[in-house]
Amino acid sequence: MKTFDYFRPATVSEAVAAAAQPGAAYLAAGTNLLDLMKGGISRPGRLVDVSRLPGLDRIERLPDGGIRIGALVRNADLAHDSDFAKTYPAVAEALLSGASAQLRNAATVGGNLLQRTRCGYFYDVASACNKREPGTGCDARGGENRLHAVLGWSEACIATHPSDFCVPLVALDAVVEIEGKAGRREVALEALHRLPGDTPERETVLEPGDLIVAVRLPGEARMFSAHARYLKVRERTSYAFAIVSAAAGLRIEQGTIRDARLALGGVAAKPWRARQAEGILAGASPGAAAFRRAAEVTLADAKPSGDNLFKIELAGRILVRALTLAAAGTPQRIAALPASPFSSVSGALQNA
Amino acid sequence: MSFSISLTVNGTRRDVELDDPRVTLLDLLRERLDLTGTKKGCDRGQCGACTVLVDGRRINSCLALAVSLDGADVLTIEGISRGDLLHPVQAAFIAHDGFQCGFCTPGQIMSAIGLIQEGQAGDDPERVREGMSGNLCRCGAYAGITEAVLDAQQSLLTADRRRSA
Repeated sequence: MKTFDYFRPATVSEAVAAAAQPGAAYLAAGTNLLDLMKGGISRPGRLVDVSRLPGLDRIERLPDGGIRIGALVRNADLAHDSDFAKTYPAVAEALLSGASAQLRNAATVGGNLLQRTRCGYFYDVASACNKREPGTGCDARGGENRLHAVLGWSEACIATHPSDFCVPLVALDAVVEIEGKAGRREVALEALHRLPGDTPERETVLEPGDLIVAVRLPGEARMFSAHARYLKVRERTSYAFAIVSAAAGLRIEQGTIRDARLALGGVAAKPWRARQAEGILAGASPGAAAFRRAAEVTLADAKPSGDNLFKIELAGRILVRALTLAAAGTPQRIAALPASPFSSVSGALQNA
Repeated sequence: MSFSISLTVNGTRRDVELDDPRVTLLDLLRERLDLTGTKKGCDRGQCGACTVLVDGRRINSCLALAVSLDGADVLTIEGISRGDLLHPVQAAFIAHDGFQCGFCTPGQIMSAIGLIQEGQAGDDPERVREGMSGNLCRCGAYAGITEAVLDAQQSLLTADRRRSA
């Protein structure tokens, strides 16, 4: 690991000023950053440790019925906040389907949003990677790429964003609060991550020194609590990143879908909101026909970036399954294997 | 640049002078405090062998910078028995053959203590397996590990009830 200066600011403005310097990076829990630094993928000259900045570890209920989650709230604490989990069950399920208990105990909300891709070529400093070293090419294009993007990718980069948490958040219109050199501003989570285009090294709209201080969900997000699910296909039962995932939230009145929220994970360089499908679902009656149509329009523009044609079919099916489960109603308790489509149904303890 | 930090490790206050900010909690424990019970497996947060409790929560000590944890309370495998009296989770791992080579065991045991304290798994083996999925065992002692966690949880609950009765 390259050596670095370590600085622990006392205030947000001190942090922003320090991190705006070239070569600086924020450190919160470090569960992704330290891994990247050990591998030589990230080589910051200075770490600005924000893990103790005051006031950023709160979960606050807002007057409009929304919620504001401080950037330093730990993933596990948010998922196990019983009021939060009841109001935003798909978000809690997504959190609990990610990483391991140890990592969730450490990793923060802000860090989860800004975690880097798990593309093996990005991680291998001997490989060509336009994201890690602009202009060097993309070894993933002709390499092992069955898990890579099927939506929004470019010739320059076919990596995916690995977050589970971001998928239901983007479906529920989450807003990111950012403190920067010019003060406070807000960006919709949907607009935080960028598609690769010709500049895959620019992963977000954040500028040097920008610090995510909170994530907010608007009041309407709580309308989906009775019909909300997150589903995630992995290559093993637990402790693995998504091949594809889907978050679905429905508001059903008198047998008709009044409003729908839908997003896919593991398919693109950003959490993929399925707005066109939401439009089709609104006013439809919940069932296989409407759900299949929603999947079709969401994946109409999908194309394989390599050996991953199967992901398009898989994403459609997981989307239909997530909608079907959401329509059936949010379970009383998150399943023993959160978000798993293979959750064993044997035994009475399934949702004990 | 050097950094002075102070940690409580297994109940004892340790003042440490760090000459390098790159030192992880794992390396601090093993290389500077001679607490080699915590194991370095992958050193990348994938295997769980380095699991310790920090302020009562289980984390991967390989992915935590020591300098960032100034003031923290750390519990490692060396700090859980009372003299010759094993911690109930240690005793249960022996009773249920929860290990073979033993390399992952300190991490498994610290993770199990964290899991039981979190109180999310109940008596559902599936939830225990899910909750322990951050700890890999190359010998494949998973069946014994699950039984050990369930058994230890039961004996800790019984002991708690006896104390409060």
